[in-house]
Amino acid sequence: MENIMLPSGAKIIDIIHETTAEYTFRVAYDQPIRHGQFFQLSIPKVGEAPISVSAKGEGWIEFTIRKVGRLTEGLFGLQPGHTIFLRGPYGNYFPIESFDNKALVVIAGGTGLAAVRSLLRHYADNRADIRDVYLIAGFKDINSVLFTQDLQRFRETFNTIATLDNMTAPGFSTGLVTAHIPSIPFAELGDCNVVIVGPPLMMRFASEACIKNGADPDNMWLSFERKMSCAVGKCGHCKINETYVCLEGPIFRYTKAQELLD
Amino acid sequence: MGYRVSYEQADRLLQTWQKQYRIYAPKRFAGRGWKPGTDMIRYGEIQSFRDVAYTEQSHFSPKDVVAPIMQTMLSFTADEVKVSSIDDRGILLLARPCDIHGIHRLDKIFLKNGGQADFYYQRYREKVKFVMIECREGWDHCFCVSMGANRTDDYSMAVRFGPDDLLIEVRDEDFADSLAGLPAVDFTPEFVSQDKKPVQLPVIKNPEQLKAAYDLPMWAEYNDRCISCGSCNTVCTTCSCFDTIDVIFSETSRDGERRRVWSSCMLESFSTMAGGHAVRKTPGERMRFKVLHKVHDYRSRFGGDEHMCIGCGRCDIRCPEDISFVDAVNRLSAAMAGQAVVVGTKEEI
Repeated sequence: MENIMLPSGAKIIDIIHETTAEYTFRVAYDQPIRHGQFFQLSIPKVGEAPISVSAKGEGWIEFTIRKVGRLTEGLFGLQPGHTIFLRGPYGNYFPIESFDNKALVVIAGGTGLAAVRSLLRHYADNRADIRDVYLIAGFKDINSVLFTQDLQRFRETFNTIATLDNMTAPGFSTGLVTAHIPSIPFAELGDCNVVIVGPPLMMRFASEACIKNGADPDNMWLSFERKMSCAVGKCGHCKINETYVCLEGPIFRYTKAQELLD
Repeated sequence: MGYRVSYEQADRLLQTWQKQYRIYAPKRFAGRGWKPGTDMIRYGEIQSFRDVAYTEQSHFSPKDVVAPIMQTMLSFTADEVKVSSIDDRGILLLARPCDIHGIHRLDKIFLKNGGQADFYYQRYREKVKFVMIECREGWDHCFCVSMGANRTDDYSMAVRFGPDDLLIEVRDEDFADSLAGLPAVDFTPEFVSQDKKPVQLPVIKNPEQLKAAYDLPMWAEYNDRCISCGSCNTVCTTCSCFDTIDVIFSETSRDGERRRVWSSCMLESFSTMAGGHAVRKTPGERMRFKVLHKVHDYRSRFGGDEHMCIGCGRCDIRCPEDISFVDAVNRLSAAMAGQAVVVGTKEEI
């Protein structure tokens, strides 16, 4: 009898301090995984939590984790060389085959950027596979800015607006991500896809702003975050109507997401 | 084939079966009820058929036999995990038809949903054979007929308990030999054929109607009354949600065990994520979530005729605030049919 909830150990290769509250854990892993998927990570002394893969490379994957309350605290005492337990990958993924050769708009709020970072890195590495990329990445303030190196690369490769909620800083715009959506020339982008990831309210207002500015709701994609204990459709925590976010999500077409009523 | 068996004979059979099976049935725990001076009836291993509390509905369902309230999944050190083990023997589970249906509902979630079986449920479930406790009358608060959970043929044996003896029908060859030679009688179990208070099920055919069901003002009424204790989930046969928690053996080590513990969608923390964001913040929203899962979402996901609710009515009995699930379903159904909302059968609502 197969035990689908049995985690396996993986070595921590590196720990990158993105901010004082957010660390990226690079972990040895060599199986195939798609952009937008997540793992159940065992948090020492606490339990398991769903964490999206924020980047992948040859023999490794990365998880970017925010120190929020008791839950993720245990992770922050770990060092490279320690073992971390994980199982996955779980969930669906961004349909990059239908993103290829079209324009792509990505709007990310805060740690939401982690869930689309692997997708953005993919297109930065394979720039010819995609037409124009418009990225709006919003952060609370200059101390909350994540993935500084990648962000620099995205600035060089894509049309990037990095914005701070209510603070000015060199190289950053000011204002919520929604304030910058009107600057995206949807009318000129033709058949474009829109990816929106972030806190629930940000996703709602950003979606509405995109539609108002001409985005096609059928080609908009949201990544949902929900509490999960199992990630395999058993524990019930992530259920919305007849949909299980762990099984049919975490990425939903906007038109489907509109039908999901918590 | 049926047999009339005295309790003494039945207990000799029980001893024979115990070599291969652990035998679970509703048992009376004197003085352990939820109110002072009352007994609790819940499932436990029996050593005699006299232990079976058959004159009342058990307060808790048989689900903890296949999905324990708490089970250790695995133990771990800093570098290794080791899966826990359970008793090798089979399980004979004495249950009423509605509860056998209830276990089938759990099967859908634990064995089928997501296309992969859950190891920790399957290892109990594959050991189970049912002994159906005949249920002909039901109780005032239950509604198995409305939910289509009044009849079943998934049992190895069926038993009609009497004050002096038992009638046993055997359908499973594994048990036929042990009964052969006892007085044969004609016995076929009967089933409940009518609910005392039938329940109307809501008609929700499309996303627009579902949205309308969500937006009904009735849900907000539960905000003042429901105390989010989760008792209804706890006694429910088909509530399958759980949490996973890691317990460490000492603060200074990373050795410990991972446990699965029942969870409850009525608890405030059920949808709360690290960082504090909760999806359903009010008791009314949580009541809506539960009711719609039981009489809409489950069937919408798995198709067929069966709803998740089996109509045992335990939630209505257990609620410390006298909130009636039955009334909530009837009100929802009436509202969706465009009728005036029926006033509840409990005057409080």
